[in-house]
Amino acid sequence: MVEISHLSKNYGDKKAVNDISFSVEEGEIMGFLGPNGAGKSTTLNILTGFLSATSGSAKIDGIDILEQPLEAKRLIGFLPEIPPLYQDMTVAEYMNFCYDLKGCRLPRKQHLREICEVVKITDVNKRLIKNLSKGYRQRVGIAQALIGNPKVLIFDEPTIGLDPKQIIEIRNLIKHLGKNHTVILSTHILPEVQAVCDRIVIINKGRLVANEKTENLINAVDGSRRLVAKIVGPEDQVLQLLRSTQGVKFAEKLGRRDTDSVSYLIESEENVDIRKPLFYALARASYPLIGLEGDELNLEDIFMRLVDPQKKEKNEKRRRNAAQAPEAGK
Amino acid sequence: MTAIYKRELRSYFITPIGYIFAGMFLAVSGLLFSWLVLSADNSGAYSYAKISDYFVYLLFVFSVLIPLLTMKLLSEEKKQKTEQLLLTSPVSLTGVVMAKYLAALTIFAATLLVNSLNYILLYVYGNPNVAVILSNILGLFLIGASFVAIGLFLSSITENQLIAAVSSIAVIVALLLISLLADTIESEFIRVVLKWFSVVDRYTPFTNGYFDIPAIIYFVSFTGIFLFLTVRVYEKRRWS
Repeated sequence: MVEISHLSKNYGDKKAVNDISFSVEEGEIMGFLGPNGAGKSTTLNILTGFLSATSGSAKIDGIDILEQPLEAKRLIGFLPEIPPLYQDMTVAEYMNFCYDLKGCRLPRKQHLREICEVVKITDVNKRLIKNLSKGYRQRVGIAQALIGNPKVLIFDEPTIGLDPKQIIEIRNLIKHLGKNHTVILSTHILPEVQAVCDRIVIINKGRLVANEKTENLINAVDGSRRLVAKIVGPEDQVLQLLRSTQGVKFAEKLGRRDTDSVSYLIESEENVDIRKPLFYALARASYPLIGLEGDELNLEDIFMRLVDPQKKEKNEKRRRNAAQAPEAGK
Repeated sequence: MTAIYKRELRSYFITPIGYIFAGMFLAVSGLLFSWLVLSADNSGAYSYAKISDYFVYLLFVFSVLIPLLTMKLLSEEKKQKTEQLLLTSPVSLTGVVMAKYLAALTIFAATLLVNSLNYILLYVYGNPNVAVILSNILGLFLIGASFVAIGLFLSSITENQLIAAVSSIAVIVALLLISLLADTIESEFIRVVLKWFSVVDRYTPFTNGYFDIPAIIYFVSFTGIFLFLTVRVYEKRRWS
């Protein structure tokens, strides 16, 4: 549905976007991630025809945005980073203006009413946009993007500056829209992506860093499972026992949380469930296991590892040192 | 395109700008008109000349008032980030620029038309030349239309309304004064070049009741060039 190939954009000497390629299938919700200044907005602005690429192409449903801009733009609903609202219009006036601007042919009254209901702005219809709260403005911005029922919806940081309740509402709305639209959602808020998106594209400093299905990405970066176990018993022996248990790749002490138990981080080999062997091993040695919880790697970690490889190395080094130190002391 | 045109027209009347423009234009031109008519009482030939002076004075009124009309056309869109909506909608750049231009031109033309009611009074008390009056109205419209294009262009290169307004006033006043300067320059070449830019020289035939076809073409192309440049400003911003 959306196809970006070898897209580059230079601002003077600075390469804002550097040879990015990805595509979004019909009906997919794609999370577009990256730190601030990574080139997210630039990419989306090129995709929507607001900017032109230095090289490469962007196609919507097979239509090149540069070659047939009007046809391509008709397929897109776009909410820019700052919602493009005319402060001196009421919500209803603004919606009608956008309806005319986009040359929409759906039955006007019904279509606009439906959109207002979906994004819940019906009750502010007669108010001036400049008097609306941030949350409502954001929604009017989303409503504007929905006019004409475009195939592709592009949201640039739609939940920025909203309160937690509004964030959840907008997130649900996007999820709902994803059922019959192709959605590109740019953000740097990771739980948002985890909650909503089918596919994740991560860019950093203008370059593509990852392009994976959401669950694959989590597995790809860290295939093994990590557990945090609370165990009562002498630390050195317990640690040794943990390391000798079948399927354990790595174990380290995390620290003493309460008086008699110690927390340990345990990493298993890929695709091995070590919870049962762990339990029996500890039971045989009479070290009571009083807590066990999964320490799943979340997107924050993945993101940090992808965009900041140096830190990743540092972390691994630290971990290796921690793992080897007790053995060396033996 | 009509959506942008309508929105722009409407915005002139929900902000004070439309009223200020029309009010000031009619008030100042009315005062000028009364003053010239009243001070020209007896000799017919003399008052004739005075009427053509009136049209030259009006140009200076334009120089201040037209920038008022054009200053926010594009600068405000950029500042409020609403241009992103216009430029990602299925409307061509030329469409956006033309819609903005025509909206400002409509307000200007409507006010000019209302102002033209003044001339009816002349028929009550005398018998002025119809051709002089009509050609003057046409001349004023053409020169105003090109000033609107200048204002629109300058509004496209800044996001500050005040800068747009002040620079437009400066450019228009400079254009008006060029002919005075040109007369004092001895070098034939420079004088010819300056004369070419002098809008007042193109406009004078109209004040004498003469429909000057080359001048009409001059003003239309003058307007066209500035509209084209405005489109180029946007085109360039997309690529840089």
